[in-house]
Amino acid sequence: MFKHHVFLEKNSIVLLLAIIVTVLIGGLVEIIPLFKYETTIEKVEGMRPYTPLELAGYNIYIREGCYNCHSQQIRPLRDEVVRYGHYSLAAESMYDHPFQWGSKRTGPDLARVGGKYSDDWHVAHMINPRSVVPESIMPTYSFLMHREAATLDSHKHMKALRKLGVPYTDEMIEYALADVAAQAKGEPTYDTTGLASRYGDKVKARDFDGQPMIVSEMDALIAYLQVLGTMVDFSSTREIDPSTLDKMPAKVKAK
Amino acid sequence: MSKKDHSQLHQHEHAPDIDKVSGVETTGHEWDGLKELNNPLPRWWLWVFLACCIWAAWFVFQRPMWPTHRGVENYTQFKELAESQAQIRARQNAYLERFSDASLDEIMADAELYNFALAGGNAVFKENCATCHGTGAEGNIGGYPNLNDDDWLWGGKVTDIYQTIHSGIRDTAHTMETRISAMPAFGVDNILPREDIQTLTDFVSKLHEGEDLTAHAGYKIFQENCATCHGADGKGGREVGAPNLADEIWLFGGSREQIFRSIYNPRMGMMPAWRYRLDENTLKQLAVYVHQLGGGEK
Repeated sequence: MFKHHVFLEKNSIVLLLAIIVTVLIGGLVEIIPLFKYETTIEKVEGMRPYTPLELAGYNIYIREGCYNCHSQQIRPLRDEVVRYGHYSLAAESMYDHPFQWGSKRTGPDLARVGGKYSDDWHVAHMINPRSVVPESIMPTYSFLMHREAATLDSHKHMKALRKLGVPYTDEMIEYALADVAAQAKGEPTYDTTGLASRYGDKVKARDFDGQPMIVSEMDALIAYLQVLGTMVDFSSTREIDPSTLDKMPAKVKAK
Repeated sequence: MSKKDHSQLHQHEHAPDIDKVSGVETTGHEWDGLKELNNPLPRWWLWVFLACCIWAAWFVFQRPMWPTHRGVENYTQFKELAESQAQIRARQNAYLERFSDASLDEIMADAELYNFALAGGNAVFKENCATCHGTGAEGNIGGYPNLNDDDWLWGGKVTDIYQTIHSGIRDTAHTMETRISAMPAFGVDNILPREDIQTLTDFVSKLHEGEDLTAHAGYKIFQENCATCHGADGKGGREVGAPNLADEIWLFGGSREQIFRSIYNPRMGMMPAWRYRLDENTLKQLAVYVHQLGGGEK
C-alpha cells in the first residue's frame, strides 16, 4: 500500500487534482465555521463602541505595537483567572478591528487593566516604566505627552468601523470632535451630558494626563487603557458561577 | 521519442538500479554522478503519523471544534475551568468557610486563620499592589505610600486598612463611598500669594526638626490655612487623610521645590476600590497582610 504514491508522483495532473482536493478540505474546515461565528459571540450587556478618544488611543496602541508584548485575552485557566480576573469573552472584542488577542506575553495581559491603576500611575509608567516598576523592561513612551492626539479624522475612522459592523450612530459620528474634547477635559470644564447620552453613564471623562491645555496622545491612550475589560458588568470578576457554565459559550448573560 | 529511448527512461522499473555502496535501490535519477536512494519512510514514523491522523479525526468530535457541535460529554473549556476551580476551593474550604464568617479581629486572634490570610495576602499583594507600592511594599515617590512604616494617611488599624482597600481613595469613578479629601491649590487658585507660599514652604520643611517655630513668619499662615486638616502641630489628620508634615516622610518628595509645588498645585494620590476586582475574602487577606508588614496598629 505504501507504493501508491509512485502513481501520484508520476502523473502531474492527478497530483495537481489531489492537491486541490486536499487544500479545499483544509479551507472548508477553516472557513465554514466563520459563517456561524455569531454563535460564538456571547449575548452580554454593557458592550459599546469605543468613544472617539478611546478609539484614538486604540489606534496609538496599535501604532506603537503594544500587542507585540501585551495580549488582551485572559484564557479560561485557573491561574489566569486568579491573576487577571474573569476570562475574556468573545463579545468583549467584537468591536476591535483588529482584535488584540495573543499568546505572547512579554508584559502582562491587559484585557482587564481598566481601573486597576490610577491615571497618574499610567502617566508615570509611560514616561518611565522603571520609575514605578523597577524590574520593568518596557520602553519609555514619554513623547506621548507632547503629541496632540490625532482626532480630527475620528469621524472617518468611525465611518470605516461602521462598515465593519460597529454600531456607530450618525449622531456619534457627527459629534466625534465634541466628544473627544468632553472626555479629555471632563467636568466641570466641559459639559459631558452629550457624551454620556451617546456612550452611557459609565464613560470616564476627565483630564487623564494631567495636562489640561492639550488633548495629548497620552490622554487618548490612557482613556483607552482605563476602559479595557470594564464594559461588561460581571458581578464578580474572580469567581465564576458554575451554573452559568452549561450555557457557555452561546448564552453568557452578564448581570 | 524512439522506442529505444523510452525503454532506457524506464529502465529502472524493469531492472532496479542498486547502489553499490549501500545496497539500496535508487530512483534512477542521476545528477553529476549523484544518485537518489529510494529509501522508504521508517515504518515506526509512518505508523505514528497515521495514528496521529486517526487521533486528530477522533479529537475533532471529542471537542467542540465545530460551531454546531458541542463535543462528547458536552466538554467545554469553561467546564474544565470550573472543575479545576472547584478542586482548589475544596482544598481551601478547610479554612475558607471559617474565614469568610470571621471578623477581622477574630482572624487576627486565630493563628490558623491568620496564617491563611498571610499566605493568600502575600500572593495577591504581588499581583495587585506591588505595581504601585513596590514588591516589598516600600512605596514610591509620586504618591505611593510605604506600607512598612507606621506613617498612615487614613489609619493603621486592620479595619482602617480594610476600608481603604475595599473602597479605595478618591476612586470616584467607581464609588462615592471611597475615601475623599482634596487639598486646595493655594497657588493656582489664588488662595495665597506666592510669597506666603514660599514662607510656608520654609516653615513646613523645618517642621520635622522639632524646634519651636512659633516665631517663624509661616507659623501664622500655617495656623490659618493648613492646621484645620494637618493639625496645629502639622502632624496630620487621619479623618481627612492629611499627611503628617513633621516626620520627614514625603509622598511627593521633600525638597523645597517639591514642597512648594505641593502647596502651589498639589497632587493627590488615587487608589482603586479593590472590591470591584477582588472578592471579600481576598480583601480581608490583604488587609491582614498589609497590617503585619510593619506598621499595623492595634
